[in-house]
Amino acid sequence: MRVPPRHTQRLAIAVLGGATLLTLAVLVFIIFFVLEKGLRIINFDFLLLNSEDMGKAGGIFTTIVGSVILPLLAIGVAAPLGIGTAVYLTEYTVESKLTKIIRFGTDCLAGIPSIIFGLFGFIFFVTMLEMGWSILSGGLTLAFMVLPTIIRTTEEAIKAVPKSYRQVSFSLGATRWQTVKKVVLPNALPGIVTGIMLGIGRSIGETAAVIFTAGSSLRLPGSLFDSTRTMSVHFYILAREGISTDNAYGTAATLIIAVLLVNLSAYWMMNRFIAKRS
Amino acid sequence: MNGKFDIQDLTAYWHGTMLLKQVSMRIPASEILGVIGPAGSGKTTFLRALNRMNELEPGYKAEGRILLDTEDIHAPDYDVVNLRKRVGMVFALPVALPMSIYDNISYGPRLAGIRNRTRLDELVEKSLNAAFMWNEVKDRLSLSGLRLSGGQQQRLCLARVLAMEPEVILLDEPCSGLDPISTGKIEEALTDLKRQYTIVLVTNNTKQAARIADKTAFFLMGELVEIGPTERIFTAPTQKQTDDYITGRFG
Repeated sequence: MRVPPRHTQRLAIAVLGGATLLTLAVLVFIIFFVLEKGLRIINFDFLLLNSEDMGKAGGIFTTIVGSVILPLLAIGVAAPLGIGTAVYLTEYTVESKLTKIIRFGTDCLAGIPSIIFGLFGFIFFVTMLEMGWSILSGGLTLAFMVLPTIIRTTEEAIKAVPKSYRQVSFSLGATRWQTVKKVVLPNALPGIVTGIMLGIGRSIGETAAVIFTAGSSLRLPGSLFDSTRTMSVHFYILAREGISTDNAYGTAATLIIAVLLVNLSAYWMMNRFIAKRS
Repeated sequence: MNGKFDIQDLTAYWHGTMLLKQVSMRIPASEILGVIGPAGSGKTTFLRALNRMNELEPGYKAEGRILLDTEDIHAPDYDVVNLRKRVGMVFALPVALPMSIYDNISYGPRLAGIRNRTRLDELVEKSLNAAFMWNEVKDRLSLSGLRLSGGQQQRLCLARVLAMEPEVILLDEPCSGLDPISTGKIEEALTDLKRQYTIVLVTNNTKQAARIADKTAFFLMGELVEIGPTERIFTAPTQKQTDDYITGRFG
């Protein structure tokens, strides 16, 4: 029996639309669930006061500081390294066995569970290099964790820049570096920013790798060698130890709002940049 | 007599396939050389050999000599960046870089180290004038080059090459995607420009070669079949293949 095309067409719309709807529904449900439980906890005191009694009372100020500094340090290290690697692999090397191995390596690295990175960071930075549980150990560990994401997204973004732009640039007497700087990178920027945003998102939310390397001190850090606690670690500890469910949801809601704000501002910046060029 | 370009036994391979076979010719200054031939005859490869753009493709290999003002452009210490500044190129598809008209035109000069704003302004105006588009765009130089029509983008590309103040201009089927009016404007500009520049024009349109080229070269399967004054090539070709091609019997 043959189903007429207009029926299969309707079926396709129903299935595809249904999938989209379901995805959106789950997303909205999660966000609303957390916000509903957490928003009523959030107020100025909660955001601006230090924790008391292990987080049972007081605010989450120091964990917000930790959640800002760690990803910043991670991206600050990973972005130049990752973008540099991606530019080198795409613009300065010919596709060969070696580049394939490097690419396969970064893909494998991207698939490693974060707790393994945590363990590595603990053994290498915390113990071997004697950095202790510190912002530096945590930031560097997170940097290695997000590095593959940044490399791959940057590579894809660079590859998407039309070949003809490079040819024109070369034909006008540009060197390879001038072409990279003036044509390739500006046009790949939206993709690169996306990669960096993914990296920030991953490192803000990361818990396992951070506990192992940055520790969970609730004191306000005074230097890069001090231990710190991020919001996600705080949430984990509050929930796991049963210290305060309310404050746990308050922390989670703050975390979600922070990630949303970061993403929104990145999109806004990117749109302004694109609008200026086309 | 020496030409601007003196090409001796140029043979080119791409991954072992022969694209050009022992091509020799002189390209005199201040003339338009039209290069015609069917698709796959090697005319674009020939053109791109002249500013060493072929080398950007892995697997390309060339033998023979190409002399520009008696200097071998394949010499090991020859500066290829400088070569491309002297020998500008306009591609088949108009490619405006995603930046303003002004920045498109000043791209080459800026690379060459010109920072002086007045000097850049002058160059932009002069080049756009020579490409017959100054009046069309003079009030919107900050508009993105991507917003221009195809014909305007191609003249932008021509102006961009002129802004480098090159000695030779290579054009690879510059009018293949353009309407007759835009084509007419480009041809007008080229006829005007040949007094100062050496121009090599690859075209699929034999009539275009007949209209504006001083000399015409006919390529077939990687070989230069015939080269001579345009009028003679189109009225009394010495080779039968040339005659067949220009009268439309094949190709």
